[in-house]
Amino acid sequence: MLVWSLSGRALVWSFAAILLGIVFVAPLAVIICASFSEQWNGILPTGFTLEHYRDAMNGAARDAVYASLVTGLVASLLALVTGAWAALALRARVDQWAGALGLLFFIPSAVPSVSVGLGLLVAFSQKPLLLNGTTAIVFVAHYVLISAFAFGNISAGLSRLAPDYEEVASCLGARPAYRLMHVTLPLVAPYLVAAFGLSFALSMGELGATVMVYPPGWVTMPVAIFGLTDRGDIFSGAALTMILVVVTLALLIGLERAPIRSAAPR
Amino acid sequence: MTVSAALRGAEVSAAANAAAGSEVAFDKVSVAYRGSVVLKPLTMSVAAGEILAMIGPSGSGKTTALRAVAGFVRPAAGRILIGGTDVTNLPPYERGLAMVVQNYALFPHMRVSENVAFGLNARGAARDLIAQRVEDSLRIVGMSKFASRFPRELSGGQQQRVAIARALAVRPRVLLLDEPLSALDAQIRRSMVEEIARLHADLPDLTILYVTHDQSEALTLADRIAILKDGELSAIGAAGELYRRPPNRFAAEFLGRANLLPVVVERVAQQSGFVEARLGETRVVASGADHPAGAERLLCVRPQNLTLTCEAERSNRIEAVLREIHWQGELTHLVAEIGESILRVVATRLPNPPARGDKLEFFFSPSDANLIVEDGSV
Repeated sequence: MLVWSLSGRALVWSFAAILLGIVFVAPLAVIICASFSEQWNGILPTGFTLEHYRDAMNGAARDAVYASLVTGLVASLLALVTGAWAALALRARVDQWAGALGLLFFIPSAVPSVSVGLGLLVAFSQKPLLLNGTTAIVFVAHYVLISAFAFGNISAGLSRLAPDYEEVASCLGARPAYRLMHVTLPLVAPYLVAAFGLSFALSMGELGATVMVYPPGWVTMPVAIFGLTDRGDIFSGAALTMILVVVTLALLIGLERAPIRSAAPR
Repeated sequence: MTVSAALRGAEVSAAANAAAGSEVAFDKVSVAYRGSVVLKPLTMSVAAGEILAMIGPSGSGKTTALRAVAGFVRPAAGRILIGGTDVTNLPPYERGLAMVVQNYALFPHMRVSENVAFGLNARGAARDLIAQRVEDSLRIVGMSKFASRFPRELSGGQQQRVAIARALAVRPRVLLLDEPLSALDAQIRRSMVEEIARLHADLPDLTILYVTHDQSEALTLADRIAILKDGELSAIGAAGELYRRPPNRFAAEFLGRANLLPVVVERVAQQSGFVEARLGETRVVASGADHPAGAERLLCVRPQNLTLTCEAERSNRIEAVLREIHWQGELTHLVAEIGESILRVVATRLPNPPARGDKLEFFFSPSDANLIVEDGSV
């Protein structure tokens, strides 16, 4: 306990509450209020309406929800599979190449997402890798940006896994594929779920690279929100933002409560 | 039903394993990590059905030797043979072994029965056979009632029993035990040692390689003991013989307490197997005929083989000054000084305890003492 006196603790708690309120709660509260407002001319909004949500659930906005969900799922699954593969492969190596190869995964996360989008746009503008104007380039952009987090999560899980489990399994006659499916992956399942959840959340909120590469028929929610607010339709943008938050949170909570029969070794 | 009878009904791979043979041989096996040698060329063998304990301090190479047999460590040189077949380049899953480790390594996402069935499932055994084996194996270790539990719902001792059942279920050619009792408290460890001894009595064909740093576990369980030091085999022999007649200082001190007093060999009687040596001004007779006259050696006498009473067979007599006396209930520990050496004595009955500073006479039999070298390897 850093602060012992009751008055001191009350002061610290108050400071923390104010800080959290300003940084986290206030922006979200403004968006929630705006999404239900008819007008907002003064300090507080006036009038209550569900019109913005009705608009969001129809037409282009509904397509944006669909595009974001599909992009998030495809990119996250890709990141999960390749991240797990790379983490497993690099874990077996003990030389200096393992560190260098691991670092490769993290490079895109250190580059501005707009630059990643630009890079992809240029890289995939010629045959045989002509992806410009396709939904595939959006998947690739999201995959490139989130794969580092999937790889990092799974690597962390594998590094905490005692080698005894896999060695005993091998000794008992389990071939590598059987051991992977029945021992290694179940034991790191919580990390796989976390990797998928984080990748999905990042993908759902990705804007920088997507605005550079998205084709006309595949507008994701962040792009749609950006478009709406850019045109001054703050209320519709706020409603779509709330839908984005709810969808993402629902999936993350669902993943967290998924009945994974494993959990890390105790 | 005896264990042997219980296993008879499901002998598919057991019979195959028996036919394949289960003796283990190290043929000049050495292991190096990044140029650093952790196991120097090791040559020794374990007979089928034998328990060989490998003991030694940390870093002695005992676990490395075990892991080389398992296939987790690739020898830098030499061969490992199981049942006469060179398995050096075989992956672990093709060696027909099973392993029990210190932290049990039970798969936490599987129930006890699934853990025990794991090896059989991995080998593609028939469902009926698996059910039978799981039942038999759990019965052998007294864990039948816990089949549907998860490992986290078991105590440490129970988890180790399940780990043993899991290993036995695949009817391994060789069972590798890597400090299996180290994580248990002293009381449970003692009872588990007895259980493993009983288990081997019921499964006499099972070859066991047992790695431990606990000499009492090794002495209780092993037919033979291999003592390793600094990646090298320091001594190997039948457990009782190695305890009574250790070949060198390290073996003597690692297997229980030993008094090691410097002597000079005077006369060797080849026929009797005894040797006469000089300890200061005193002449003593000890076993060990293969020492040349004039050689400097160590006289090894276990503390419990020294007495304060003279009996006919205890013809050796040495004088020492008592420095400490510690009464510990059943035993009394005496620490005496003889020249520059310390003499430790454990007495079970001491009706008239001596006092510090007393000059005492200690007696021991020539057959309870032997001459050893300061250091050496096999």
